[in-house]
Amino acid sequence: MIRFTDVGKDFRKHRVLDAVNLEIVPGERIALIGSNGAGKTTLIRCLLGEYTHQGAVTIGGLAPRSARTQVLGKVGFVPQLPPPLKMPVGQLLAFAAAVCGTDAERMHALSRRLGLDVGSILARPFNRLSGGMKQKLLIAIALGRDTELLVMDEPAANLDPEARHIFFNLLAERLGSTTMIISSHRLDEVAPLVNRVVEMDTGRIVLDDRVAEESRFSTLFEVHLTLARADAAIARTLGSWQFADRRAGVEWHGTVSGADRLRFLGMVARYVGLLSRIEMHEVDAAVVLQ
Amino acid sequence: MNPLLLTARLDIVESLRARWFLIYSLVFGGIVALLFAFGLTESRVLGFIGLSRLLVTYIQLTMAILPVFVLITTVRSVAGDREAGVFEYLLSLPVSLSAWFWGKILGRYVTIFLPVFVAMLAAVLWSMFRSIEVPWAMFFYYTGLLAAMAWCFLGIGMLISTLARGTDVAQGAAFMVWLTMLLFLDLILLGVMIQGRVTPEVAVGIALLNPLQVFRTAALAMFDPQLIVLGPSAYVILDLFGSGGYRVYALLYPLAVGTLAAVAGYLSFRRSDLP
Repeated sequence: MIRFTDVGKDFRKHRVLDAVNLEIVPGERIALIGSNGAGKTTLIRCLLGEYTHQGAVTIGGLAPRSARTQVLGKVGFVPQLPPPLKMPVGQLLAFAAAVCGTDAERMHALSRRLGLDVGSILARPFNRLSGGMKQKLLIAIALGRDTELLVMDEPAANLDPEARHIFFNLLAERLGSTTMIISSHRLDEVAPLVNRVVEMDTGRIVLDDRVAEESRFSTLFEVHLTLARADAAIARTLGSWQFADRRAGVEWHGTVSGADRLRFLGMVARYVGLLSRIEMHEVDAAVVLQ
Repeated sequence: MNPLLLTARLDIVESLRARWFLIYSLVFGGIVALLFAFGLTESRVLGFIGLSRLLVTYIQLTMAILPVFVLITTVRSVAGDREAGVFEYLLSLPVSLSAWFWGKILGRYVTIFLPVFVAMLAAVLWSMFRSIEVPWAMFFYYTGLLAAMAWCFLGIGMLISTLARGTDVAQGAAFMVWLTMLLFLDLILLGVMIQGRVTPEVAVGIALLNPLQVFRTAALAMFDPQLIVLGPSAYVILDLFGSGGYRVYALLYPLAVGTLAAVAGYLSFRRSDLP
């Protein structure tokens, strides 16, 4: 059980968290949403024991600040912005594995599942990797060990569609056994992953609601789009979703992860004037990804 | 491996790839190379010739450069890491705050002391190769002095880094600390004494509390045991400590200052926001 009791935080005279009360039971998957400055990152930092604050935060009855090693040993964290570490990737993985008391090979294996050949970049400085590679590595460090709580700040923001799907599969493998807190500016980014939404605004919780369970967010959808005419803007966007142009920029085909459906439809909605037809079929992910 | 040693190793690896370390190593390596290149071992000053002449010059130059270098690079990299989100991520891992803080100090100490020491050691090895006599007592004492000086300013640097939230503030504060110490070097003190505003004991007392002056006097004491160049203040110092006693004081006092500053920094770090 994670419990925030009257948690408050001020920076100089600015109130960033204002009497936050929240209880999270094991296994819940929370979308922590809100605009910039809403207090999401501050709340996460209080949860990780990084900020001093008013009130109390406990994870399993222990305060993360005073019982750091006990508490954080069971917490995996993926930050929104990768830290600018100059150390080689191998060194970072070895350090993380050693302090977490796990085998670095588990993190290597997870990186490989996410499509990152970690063996070839072990000597490369972390800050020289691409945004996607850094994100995959940080996810591998967070998931490549036994955790009871995952705290992720826009975790899939830099991932390509295929890596996003694998990432959602990895989360699906932990359903029920791991509590997840996923922070995002937008609900559509994370809605299919969660069963509870907590919205923050100016340091307060303004919405705390249950959402319909997506029991299989590891599913995959085959999508076929027909446009009224070819358009460079939507072609670029569909290209970033790794869609294939089947006929002169008018017919497009690709796959979308189940957890990404809402985000995909939100993107398509921007071009609704161009859209003639859209088809989505659930398919066997194992067959498609081969 | 112990989390403290893991953190120390991590900091060393991180520092070895930083630009400041490259410049820092080049500066001290360059000083020794230049001193050899200008034939300093062949010149004679105050009866000093050979490697002792070079070591005296090296220690004087190091005392001018090392404190400000250690202060600025420490506060820049520690406060910079915090601002850039390095602390946010690495401190989300299950490492205790004591292991993190002291591991970081240990790692940083290795990276700031090693180039200074290696440059001096290289000078000694080169002298042995060239059959120049090595003043071992001087070499060991200067090594101790450099070790104490590095620790002293590292401790102060870590304290400033934990107290100041931003890189700019930390850098400004570190510069002010160094400037204050510089202002209270003996020349200024002598000026104050000449004006007759303070008693010689007070002026010498201030000099004895100023780590920069303590190192300077200790380095002078190696080739001028009676501290003649210090003038009247030498009487107070030698009266208080004796020649040997002062050399011990010059090692222990900066170590104590560095340790106190580091402990104060750690206590502040434990009680404040980490990232």
